[in-house]
Amino acid sequence: MCNVTESKAFETGVTETETTVTQPDTVIQLSGVTKRYQAQEILSGFNLAVHDGEFFTILGPSGCGKTTVLRLIAGFEPFDEGSLMVAGQDVTLVPAERRPVNTVFQSYALFPHLSVFDNVAFGLKMAKVPKSEIQSRVDEALAMVQLQEFAARKPEQLSGGQKQRVAIARAVVNRPRVLLLDESLSALDYKLRLQMQIELKQLQRKLGITFIYVTHDQEEALSMSDRVLVMQDGRAQQVGTPRQIYESPANLFVARFIGEINVFDGVVQRELGDFQYQVLLSGRYTREVRTDRKYQEGDAVHVMLRPEDLRITSLHGEQKRVGFSGQVLERNYTGQTLDSLIQLDDGQQLKASEFFDEDDPDFDYRINEAVWVDWVHGWEHVIPKQP
Amino acid sequence: MKPRFELFRSTIILITLFWLGLFVLAPHVMVLITSVLSPDPNNLAVWPLNLNSYVNLWDSLYLNVFLDSLYLSLLATGICLLLGYPFAFILSRFSPLLRSILLFMMVVPFWTNSLIRTYAIKLLMGKKGLFNDVLLGVGIIDEPLQILYTEFAVIFGLVYILFPFMVLPLISSFDKLDRSLLEAARDLGANGWHRFWRIIVPLTSPGIIAGCLIVFLPAMGMFYVADLLGGAKNILLGNLIKNQFLVVRDWPFGSALSVSLIVLMALLLWFYFKANQYIQRKGGLDDDTLK
Repeated sequence: MCNVTESKAFETGVTETETTVTQPDTVIQLSGVTKRYQAQEILSGFNLAVHDGEFFTILGPSGCGKTTVLRLIAGFEPFDEGSLMVAGQDVTLVPAERRPVNTVFQSYALFPHLSVFDNVAFGLKMAKVPKSEIQSRVDEALAMVQLQEFAARKPEQLSGGQKQRVAIARAVVNRPRVLLLDESLSALDYKLRLQMQIELKQLQRKLGITFIYVTHDQEEALSMSDRVLVMQDGRAQQVGTPRQIYESPANLFVARFIGEINVFDGVVQRELGDFQYQVLLSGRYTREVRTDRKYQEGDAVHVMLRPEDLRITSLHGEQKRVGFSGQVLERNYTGQTLDSLIQLDDGQQLKASEFFDEDDPDFDYRINEAVWVDWVHGWEHVIPKQP
Repeated sequence: MKPRFELFRSTIILITLFWLGLFVLAPHVMVLITSVLSPDPNNLAVWPLNLNSYVNLWDSLYLNVFLDSLYLSLLATGICLLLGYPFAFILSRFSPLLRSILLFMMVVPFWTNSLIRTYAIKLLMGKKGLFNDVLLGVGIIDEPLQILYTEFAVIFGLVYILFPFMVLPLISSFDKLDRSLLEAARDLGANGWHRFWRIIVPLTSPGIIAGCLIVFLPAMGMFYVADLLGGAKNILLGNLIKNQFLVVRDWPFGSALSVSLIVLMALLLWFYFKANQYIQRKGGLDDDTLK
């Protein structure tokens, strides 16, 4: 687990309780890693532990240092400070060609002068695997990515998705401890990407190899990963399962980077016991919230809600009038959901996303319609106020 | 607009054809015709037609000149490649700006006529030239070396003059070499040796072949380098041709030699074409050649 994240998690009440001690099933352990380009520090005091056999995703905006982490593990960049353990071996100073990891490059990096077969066989030849075994292992790898009949082709004769598969086969044929994937699907078009996401995940389960996948696409990260690391500015912001990351973001950056979120500023007024508090939201609405940590009276907090957690009621109905009052600014029909933008009386804008109800086929809002906004008790996520 | 453009186009094509016909095709045809005439001390070349000049080519004297010339040119080409390959590789690693400056510095001397530069080398290599002065000054030798008029001097001159012609196609090949391919090779366990022979060399082979051809072909004909730096001892095919025209005045034989040189070049170009095709199809060097 990341030191940085852990200390953050401690502040912010994330429930992950892993420690920096190497666990028996930890396959990658980065400790105290600092990396500079010229004067700029890309990573500082960075820690990371990846478990054996998991699909681990490093997620962050471009320039956050995620690709640098991958290149450090692969061995393409020297460490300025810190160390790397792979499967219990210190490989900080071991050159890339002798590390038990393989990479699937963003640009595929297939050897243009070699056939598909020879591309896939390259690593085995380097490892001096006997010829007969090379033949069977390459055949097996190509069968796995359904490219047997393309063995004699040159990379230039393949489509983007096929190149992608060759690149994966070329890496996994070596049976690495860890497979590193650098934004490997970003060059593919949307449909192919979705298909490859599923294939990658199935492949990972079948092989049982640890995958470390780098992406800036949060949807991809959530749908494929066992655990996700969210990075910003060379620092780990949060590590957790996709559900933890989405439902209990450790801070505002994570909350806003992963999906849409509405944030209310609040002040703790009274402790109600059992991690329940009475909070004054936006200075005018008193609500009970449930949290996972202790607060003092007078503590400033952020109360966060996903758009799909909000409940909207029309003002003219007979329902009890609770929550915030506001009016509908915008409504968007997306097929599955009705997304609306609601302006509260104090000017704050909220995003709401509601599924259609089969009992109410005419469900819709008028622009400027007056509404109440509320949510089910306990669906909110509370973190201490951040600057 | 359109008819005028048509006129413009046909005019340009006609001028080009005329130029090529007058200055390229006609001289070559004249050389070809001359090569089958008979020599004559007064009228240069006269009837009747015969193939005596081509028969004379197989004289062991001339075959030896050809072999010597081949040897010198191959040696010069090999040295150019050995020096130029790492040179181009290192140059391709610099930033684009620095590389442009360095390339510019390499090319600047070549704005001076190569004959003049050959004279300059001759001065440097003399008994009292800079080379000997330095060697004597440092104390490596006690008396001046005979550098000028040796095989070394000819090779040195050829390499010096032809070096950029090796480097330029190589640099263009290295430019096209995708760095991530080398990282991929490392990732798959290839050490420096294997990265060099299995990735770098096959992918820069078009540059290697092109560089070798444009060094080797002119090297065979650079008679003034052999004349000035080699004295009469180390003569190239170019010297032999020059002598036939200007000294012996056997124009048909000189022409036959020229034709044979052209045929040789054509064969080499054909080889280049085939080799490129082979590399494209086969994907560089075989595993067995690497073992």
